[in-house]
Amino acid sequence: MTDLTKLKIAEARDALRKGDVTSAELTEACLSAIDKADALNAFVHKTPEIAREQAAAADARIKAGDAPALCGIPLGIKDLFCTKGVASQAASAILDGFKPEYESTVTSQLFDAGAVMLGKLNMDEFAMGSSNETSTYGNVINPWRRGNDDAALTPGGSSGGSASAVAADLCLGATGTDTGGSIRQPAAFTGITGIKPTYGRCSRWGIVAFASSLDQAGPMAKDVRDAAIMLQAMCGHDPKDSTSADLPVPDFEAMLTGDIKGKTIGIPREYHMDGMPAEIDALWAEGRKMLQDAGAKLVDISLPHTKYALPAYYVIAPAEASSNLARYDGVRYGHRAKLSHGDGITEMYEKTRAEGFGEEVKRRVMIGTYVLSAGFYDAYYNRARKVRTLIKKDFEDVFAQGVDAILTPATPSAAFGLGEMTEADPVQMYLNDVFTVTVNLAGLPGIAVPTGVDKQGLPLGLQLIGRPWEEGDLLNCAYALEQAAGFVAKPAKWW
Amino acid sequence: MLDLTYEAPKPKVIAGAKHDWELVIGMEIHAQVASQAKLFSGASTKFGAEPNSNVSFVDAAMPGMLPVINEYCIEQAVRTGLGLKAQINLTSAFDRKNYFYPDLPQGYQISQLYHPLVGEGEVIVDMEPGVARLVRIERIHVEQDAGKSIHDMDPNMSFVDLNRTGVALMEIVSRPDIRGPEEAAAYVVKMRQILRYLGTCDGNMQNGNLRADVNVSICLPGQYEKYMETQDFGHLGTRCEIKNMNSMRFIQQAIDYEAKRQIAIVEAGGNVDQETRLYDPDKGETRSMRSKEEAHDYRYFPCPDLLPLEIEQGWVDDIAASLPELPDEKKARFVKIFGLSEYDASVLTAEVVNAAYFEEVVTAAGDGKLSANWVINELFGRLKKDDCDIADSPVSPTQLAGIIKLIKSDAISGKIAKDLFEIVYSEGGDPEQIVEDRGMKQVTDTGAIETAVDEIIAANPAQVEKAQQNPKLAGWFVGQVMKATGGKANPKAVNELVAAKLGL
Repeated sequence: MTDLTKLKIAEARDALRKGDVTSAELTEACLSAIDKADALNAFVHKTPEIAREQAAAADARIKAGDAPALCGIPLGIKDLFCTKGVASQAASAILDGFKPEYESTVTSQLFDAGAVMLGKLNMDEFAMGSSNETSTYGNVINPWRRGNDDAALTPGGSSGGSASAVAADLCLGATGTDTGGSIRQPAAFTGITGIKPTYGRCSRWGIVAFASSLDQAGPMAKDVRDAAIMLQAMCGHDPKDSTSADLPVPDFEAMLTGDIKGKTIGIPREYHMDGMPAEIDALWAEGRKMLQDAGAKLVDISLPHTKYALPAYYVIAPAEASSNLARYDGVRYGHRAKLSHGDGITEMYEKTRAEGFGEEVKRRVMIGTYVLSAGFYDAYYNRARKVRTLIKKDFEDVFAQGVDAILTPATPSAAFGLGEMTEADPVQMYLNDVFTVTVNLAGLPGIAVPTGVDKQGLPLGLQLIGRPWEEGDLLNCAYALEQAAGFVAKPAKWW
Repeated sequence: MLDLTYEAPKPKVIAGAKHDWELVIGMEIHAQVASQAKLFSGASTKFGAEPNSNVSFVDAAMPGMLPVINEYCIEQAVRTGLGLKAQINLTSAFDRKNYFYPDLPQGYQISQLYHPLVGEGEVIVDMEPGVARLVRIERIHVEQDAGKSIHDMDPNMSFVDLNRTGVALMEIVSRPDIRGPEEAAAYVVKMRQILRYLGTCDGNMQNGNLRADVNVSICLPGQYEKYMETQDFGHLGTRCEIKNMNSMRFIQQAIDYEAKRQIAIVEAGGNVDQETRLYDPDKGETRSMRSKEEAHDYRYFPCPDLLPLEIEQGWVDDIAASLPELPDEKKARFVKIFGLSEYDASVLTAEVVNAAYFEEVVTAAGDGKLSANWVINELFGRLKKDDCDIADSPVSPTQLAGIIKLIKSDAISGKIAKDLFEIVYSEGGDPEQIVEDRGMKQVTDTGAIETAVDEIIAANPAQVEKAQQNPKLAGWFVGQVMKATGGKANPKAVNELVAAKLGL
C-alpha cells in the first residue's frame, strides 16, 4: 500500500483483520503525516507515545482474534474532550497546563473499542466560533484552497482541527462536538462527513461544557460508513450523565443498505434564505434530485419558526455558557493571574478571567450574563426557551406527517478566507449556523455530507436531519445521497 | 383522634416611643440531609475529615464533570415533607444560582427555585402546655451546600476546604407566622425535633448541621390580622433577613435587637431597607452584610445538566407508610394512654430515644405517672449530673421498671428506692435481687414494728409525757422507729402505731 493515511476506517479495519497492515504501521504513517502538517495547525498536543502503545496493544488484540470495529484505527481527539494525563484545554489559555485525572466517557469508549489516539485537535476556544479563529493555539488552516489562490481558508468551527486533520488525511477519523453546527459546518467546509447524533446519544461526561442542553459529541470521518462505525463506538447510555438516554444502540453500519425507496424527504421552504449564493441553491436542488432518483418521495414542508432559531440559540447558548464557564476562576486549576499587592479575591477573578479568556468567549459570557440578569430574564432567556419549544414542535409536526428526513444546505457558503470575517459584525459570523442550530435546539440528529464543489473547487455539503434516535435511518439516507453524489475530490497537498 | 387542643400564644408586643409594635417573623431553615454521600456526587459527607479529603471531581468542578442526583437525598427530603404534612410535588426541577466565591467551585449552587420538591405544609410550635402556634410551611427545596473558606490561617492567604461542598441541604421555608423571639427559638427546636424523629437531619447546630435565616419585620397591632385575611404583604413592614444563625439564644437576641432597630427607624420617620444582615453576638447587634451596589443578581435558570425530577406517587406512599410516629402524636398518646401531664409528655418526647426508653419502662412497670416521675426526675437528673446521654445510661429500662415495680408493691419505700436506684446506677444488678440480698425490704409486719415502738416508748418516758401534751411531738417517735428499723419500716404503719400507743 502506498499511502496508509488515505485509508478509510472500514478499509483499514478490513486490512488490519486480514493482516495486510498493522496498527503500528498505520499509526506511524499518521504520526509522520501529522509532523509534516504543522502548517495546518490542526494538532495542538501530539501524543505519539500513547499512540504507539495503543497501536501495539491493538495489534496484539487483532492477532488474538479479538478485534472490535475500531481496533488499531488512529484517530484525532478534539481538545474539548478530557483525556487522562494529556493536556485538555478546550483551546483556551485559561486551562493552561490542565491535564485531567480522568478520561471522558466517549474517548474511553473509543479506546475500549481499540482506537489509537494520535493527539488533541485544535478548535475554537470553548467551542465558541464558526471559523476556528478563536483558539489560543491560533487558527487552523483548511487544506482546501480556492483554485490557484493560496489564501488561507477557514476549515470552519468549532471542530476545525478535526475537520482539517481528517480532510488532510492526518488521521482516519476524529471526534467532534456540535452545539450549534460545530461538527456539520466544518465537515461541509472540508469535504468530509460529520454527524451530530440525537441529544442524549453520546455521554457528555468529561467533555468540557459549552452549552449543556445543546452540546453533543459526534464523529467526523471520510465517509458515511466511517461515521457510522465511529458513532457506534461513541454512543450509549452513561449513568454519569443524567441527560444520556438509556436506549439500545443499533448496528448503524449494518443499516447502510442505500435503499431509500419510499422514504419521504421533507424540503423546508423556510431554508430558502434571501441572498443565499446561487451555488448553494443549485447544490440543494441537485441533492433533491439525487434522493428522488434513488426512490425517495420529496415533500415541501414548513418549519415556521425557523427564523427565530438563530436569535434563540444566541440567547440560550451564551446563557448556559456564562454559567458553565464560571468554574474557570483561577482557584483550583488552569491559569491564575499574577496579583499585585493588596489584590483580593475579586481582583484575582477579574484578572484571571480577563487574561485567560479570549474575546469571543468574553463576548458570550457577557451576553449570557446579561440575558439571565434580573429584569431581562423573561424578555430574553424565557422567551428563547419558548421559541425553542416551538421549533421542536415544528419538527415534531412534520415527522408526524410522515416525513422521514429533512434535506437542507449545511452552510450558507463555501469556506471563507481566514480573517475575512474578523472585522465584521459578530452576527455575520453567527449566520454561519443558520441551517444547523435548529437541529441542536430541537435535539435532533443531523449529518453533513459533501455533495459537490463550488466554481473555485471548494467542497460544499448538504445536511440531512433525522427523527430523534433514528441515526441508523439517517445514516442510510446520507449513504444513499453519498452514493448518488459520488464526491471524491481531495484537497491538493500544499503543506 | 389523639390530637391535643391548644390555643395560639399572644404575639410579642414591644413598646416604642410612640406606639406598641408587633413582630412578624419568617424562617428559612437549612438542614443538612442525613446521608452517606453528597447530593450530586459519590463523595462522603462525614464530618470532621481531613480538609479536602471528601472531594470528588464533581465537587471540585473539574471541567466536563456532571451532577447525578443521589436518590436517597431525595427520599429524605420527601420523608421530611411528609413529616411536615406537606404537599409532595411529583415533578420538581433544579436551577442554578450563580455567584462567584472560592468555596463554590462551580460558580453556581444547584438549588430549586422555580419548582421545589415539597410544597405547603405545617408545624405546631409548642410554647407551654395548651399553648402552641401553627406555623405554615411554604416549601422545602433541595440544594447543595458550599464549602468553607478559611481566612484566619495565614495573614496573606485564604484557604478553602471543599469537604462540605455539594452536601445535600433541605431549605425549609416558613410563612411569616412566627410572632416573637421565643416562638422563633421554639420553632427551631420543634423543627429539629421532627427532623431527628424522621432521621432526615442530625440537627447538630454546632457543626452547622442546622442553620437558620430569620426574616424580621415590625407592624402595628391589627396589621398582621389584615395580612392573614388577605395574604397581602402590604399590610406588613419591610423585612430584613438575618443570615446563618446557629444558636437558639442568638436567634432570640438577634430578633430582639433587630425589632428595636426597625422600630427606632420607623418612629423617627425613616424607612427600613430590605437587606441581608448578620448578627454579631459579641456586640449583640445586627449589621448590614452588603450595600445595595453589591447586591447579588443570582441569575437563576434551570440547570441544563439535570432533567426535571419525576417521582412516583407509589414511591411517596411507601415512604409515607414507613414514617415513624412523630412528636405531636407521641405526646398526645402519652397524655391519653399513660395519663401524663402535657408537660411531662413534652419532656419525655423531646428526643425519640427518651420516649422509647420511657415506653419500655412504662410497659414493664405499668404506672404512667410514676414511671414518668422516675424517668424525668431520677434518671434524667442523674444522667445530667454525669453529663451522659440516655444511650449511655447504666440503668436499663428493665432495671428502672424493676425499681418502680418494687415501689408499687410496697416492697420498698420511696426513700429506699432512691438508694436502690443509686446502687443499680453505679453497681448494676437486678433491683429485686439487690433488695433481697441487702435486706432493703420495707417492714410491713406490724408485730415487728410494734416491738420497736414499745421499746422506744419504754425507754423515753419524758418524751412520752411531752408528746401526750403536744401531739405534734409524736413525729420524734416515728423518726426513732424508722432509725431503729434502718428505714425499712412502712412509714404509714409506724405513724398509726405510734399514735395508738401514745393514746393520741
